[in-house]
Amino acid sequence: MRHPLRDQAAVVGIGATEFSKDSGRSELKLAVEAVAAAVADAGLELKDVDGLCTYAMDKNPEIEVFRNIGGRDLKFFSRIDYGGGAACAPLLQAAMAVHSGVAEVVVCYRAMNERSQYRFGQGFVPPPLPNAEAANWGWTVPFGLATPASWVALAARRYMHDFGATSEDFGRVSVACRRHAAENPHAWFYKKPLTLAQHQSSRWIVEPLRLLDCCQESDGAVAIVVTRADRARHLRHRPALIRAAAQGARDDQMNMTSFYRADISALPEIALVAEQLYAMGGLAAADIQTAVLYDHFSPFVLPQLEAFGFCARGEGKEFIKHGNIEIGGDLPVNTHGGQLGEAYIHGLNGVAEAVRQVRGTSVNQVPDVENVLVTAGSGVPTSGAILAAAA
Amino acid sequence: MNTADPPGWLSRLRAQQGALAAPARTAADPVNLPMIRRWCAAMGERNPAYLDASSPAARANNGIVAPPAMLEVWTMRGFTPDGSGGVANNLLGIDQMDAAGFTAVVATNLVQEYPRHLRPGDLLTQAVTFAGVSDQKNTALGAGHFLDYHYEFTDQRGGLVGRMRFRILKYRPARGGGATAAAPSKPPHPRPAITPDSAFFWEGLNTRRLLIRQCAKCLHLHHPPGPMCPACHSCEWSALQASGRGTIHSFVIIHQPQLPGFSYPLPVALVDLEEGVRVVSNLLGIGADRVRIGMPVEVEFSEVEPGYVLYAFRERGGT
Repeated sequence: MRHPLRDQAAVVGIGATEFSKDSGRSELKLAVEAVAAAVADAGLELKDVDGLCTYAMDKNPEIEVFRNIGGRDLKFFSRIDYGGGAACAPLLQAAMAVHSGVAEVVVCYRAMNERSQYRFGQGFVPPPLPNAEAANWGWTVPFGLATPASWVALAARRYMHDFGATSEDFGRVSVACRRHAAENPHAWFYKKPLTLAQHQSSRWIVEPLRLLDCCQESDGAVAIVVTRADRARHLRHRPALIRAAAQGARDDQMNMTSFYRADISALPEIALVAEQLYAMGGLAAADIQTAVLYDHFSPFVLPQLEAFGFCARGEGKEFIKHGNIEIGGDLPVNTHGGQLGEAYIHGLNGVAEAVRQVRGTSVNQVPDVENVLVTAGSGVPTSGAILAAAA
Repeated sequence: MNTADPPGWLSRLRAQQGALAAPARTAADPVNLPMIRRWCAAMGERNPAYLDASSPAARANNGIVAPPAMLEVWTMRGFTPDGSGGVANNLLGIDQMDAAGFTAVVATNLVQEYPRHLRPGDLLTQAVTFAGVSDQKNTALGAGHFLDYHYEFTDQRGGLVGRMRFRILKYRPARGGGATAAAPSKPPHPRPAITPDSAFFWEGLNTRRLLIRQCAKCLHLHHPPGPMCPACHSCEWSALQASGRGTIHSFVIIHQPQLPGFSYPLPVALVDLEEGVRVVSNLLGIGADRVRIGMPVEVEFSEVEPGYVLYAFRERGGT
């Protein structure tokens, strides 16, 4: 039985600013530049935009973007929480909005001067405002466990214990991403591949995470334009159908600090997304030719491979050996270089790469792409999507 | 996260390392007894070597000598009502830091060397070199950079009579405060946001008890606590005092970034309490190289600040 949302919406335009360590301009300027570029890429005009969707962590309100593009009627606006976990959720919401007829042209965007202005990795010490969200930081920050790297490291250490994974196994993820980034002119690490030996000699940030297990910090913006699939056929590029999109949070979910479940080395919220994506798309792991897997930290790529059924639980470290997730392998992952290699635009640059793989325009193009998986932030309430080539 | 290129202003300032930080300045007056007497009175200094020419201490030095710690006083501009005479106002680096938004200042380190005693009549000249600027650091006062200055003091014959290494922190006040602030002696330890649902836990710590929320209806233990039992949806509960015994379920060793109030490398563990819930915790008496998953531990309490008690775990049955 066909899911009513399957293939009903498509990504018709992608746009981005350059990715840098200091954009030299406001986040709002980055946002409108990316939105304008994406709309032009779609062959549409800014006045056609009637829906805007972004991350709760984005500091550019939908109405401010809309005001600056001279918009008149905004019928759908939404912000989705939990940091990078929101990366694919705008695709789900945009698909629902256009499929239901609430809006016609929805632009999803993320624009941040994360590197030059605030730097997520510097240690999160929130002001003690007494609400439920703030209260949850109290279980980790007073003990010095105050950064995303430290929260991921605590789960990664248990994964190593449960399955015998090592720092070298994590390093293979970084090596693969950097190999792809080395071919990508938009990547910070263009022409700079990484060897496993170099990874192993990089300094500890939070054991078991080394510097080269951690994604970059970047300034930049990405925007994605979504319309109904039937309209997409008449626009400029080959449409990237939203075959499936989903959000997921699981029992006892916390924001980066889900340490209280029986098993802390799996990513059950990703498994919930996987279940929904495969059901909505009528697909299985074997139908995916390439994947963009959220790589804020290399260790979490392994349980994502497992959650999506590319390999058995705990077998991620075997699956990635011998170049299997590199171009030419069974499942090329992060062909743009990922957030380890290209830039850290909170996962939305990964969505753009998934679109390019469908269009056939990636610098590391995988042959005969039908379905591309893209995931969002792991360790947080999350999302995912499968983009597909129209028949 | 990868270290990245420093901002332009910082690179340019770094490039000036080794340059003169200010024009050389000769003291308005030579070392003199009236200023020595006033300084000693203000400092509560009574050493007769500085004050009484007839004392054995002074005679041993062939006359009165100035207190060594007055080394910098002779060439200081001294107080001006508009504050323009301040030591940190006129050094290379200050304007650049101000322009970058680090407008507040606090002195953090000062080391002086005294090759010889200074005597009344010595006329000092001060030369200051800019010795460098640190990467941005997060401190309890706010984000900022440390600047280092090297001073040399010479006398009227050009002989070296003193050296000083001076470090200041130029920072962005964390609470939007004014131009200068007194540095706290110890940075405040991060505190939890406390809601009505979690207050019992933090108050329990102040009485040196580790309390876990237990459902009054189905006895399910809920940690971290919330207003409703996830198992049976009752909102009735009581607090169970945990035995304090547990095992290490996972751990990390934090190297970067270094937050004020902690010492690094910092082990942080996730402990399985024997009651079946977990807590994140620091460790006591267990070095970073000894932490092991499966290590049996037991709780201890310590008051990190008055009225703020935290728990930590020590190896059970160990040292």
